[in-house]
Amino acid sequence: MVFEKVKHIIAEQLGVEEDEITMQTSMMGDLEADSLDAVEIMMALEDEFEIEIPDEDAENFKNIGDIAKYIEGKIA
Amino acid sequence: MNKKIALVTGGSKGIGKSIAIKLAEDGYDIAFTYSSDENAANDTLEELNKLGSNSLSIKKDMSIEEDVKEAIKEIEEKLGTVDVLVNNAGITRDGLLMKMKAEDFDRVIEVNLRSVFLTTREIIRPMIKKKYGKIINISSVVGIMGNAGQANYAASKAGVIGFTKSIAKEFASRGVRANAIAPGFVETDMTKVLKEDVKEEMLKNIPLGYFAKPEDVANLVSFLASEKSDYITGQVIQIDGGMNI
Repeated sequence: MVFEKVKHIIAEQLGVEEDEITMQTSMMGDLEADSLDAVEIMMALEDEFEIEIPDEDAENFKNIGDIAKYIEGKIA
Repeated sequence: MNKKIALVTGGSKGIGKSIAIKLAEDGYDIAFTYSSDENAANDTLEELNKLGSNSLSIKKDMSIEEDVKEAIKEIEEKLGTVDVLVNNAGITRDGLLMKMKAEDFDRVIEVNLRSVFLTTREIIRPMIKKKYGKIINISSVVGIMGNAGQANYAASKAGVIGFTKSIAKEFASRGVRANAIAPGFVETDMTKVLKEDVKEEMLKNIPLGYFAKPEDVANLVSFLASEKSDYITGQVIQIDGGMNI
């Protein structure tokens, strides 16, 4: 469920189709997001899930699966 | 509901008031902040409403993070998200360096520079979402030339220029334009306190031979806020009668 929501937010932000996004997709590598996109996405995720994502944590995300897993851990 | 919204900080008097009125004439809904003069703010609000602008005055200190958050929240609730931000609020605490108190230095930096950072940070997200926005920062020719007795003010206004250029680069890809205006001597409450002989001396350094009116600055803000200036970003435009040629 978390992954579905994450996928939706990222697709909307970057203007890509949701089916282009898998757990292995890299935002910056595969979807050509720039650093501003990344900040906007993190802020949108923070709003959606009502959590804080510190920059130090965000820097460690390698793919969208990492993001979903991180959020699952935070809201569990 | 489709009217664009402009926020002018320090909008109850002087240059800020003139900017608020000009933008109301241009068809914007106006929110302005002020710090102290309630009567002046009420007068300005009345004038804006008469011009058909759905206006809002907010008494907040925009150098304080919490105040800025509350102010922007109120604007977004009552008017909508900000399309044009004019960072105008400013003070002077002049004095020769050797006698300048640290608190006078700090206060000028807070009001003139920190507020620009805080306010811009608070309104930028909706602009990025819309892929369009205008940020106009009021600097000063003193921020470019320096001025004896105004080390704090000059530092703050030079800071505004560096800030403006940086955000112009940072947000250009999102359609947000940022420019600074550097007025010279403008006839306002801020300059009214200067002694006649000081003013005489200043006039000698102004090739055009007279001081600016607040409306001169407001007209440039009107242009920079409009689509006519869409290809201009990261610039510092001087309105100084030729003082700094």
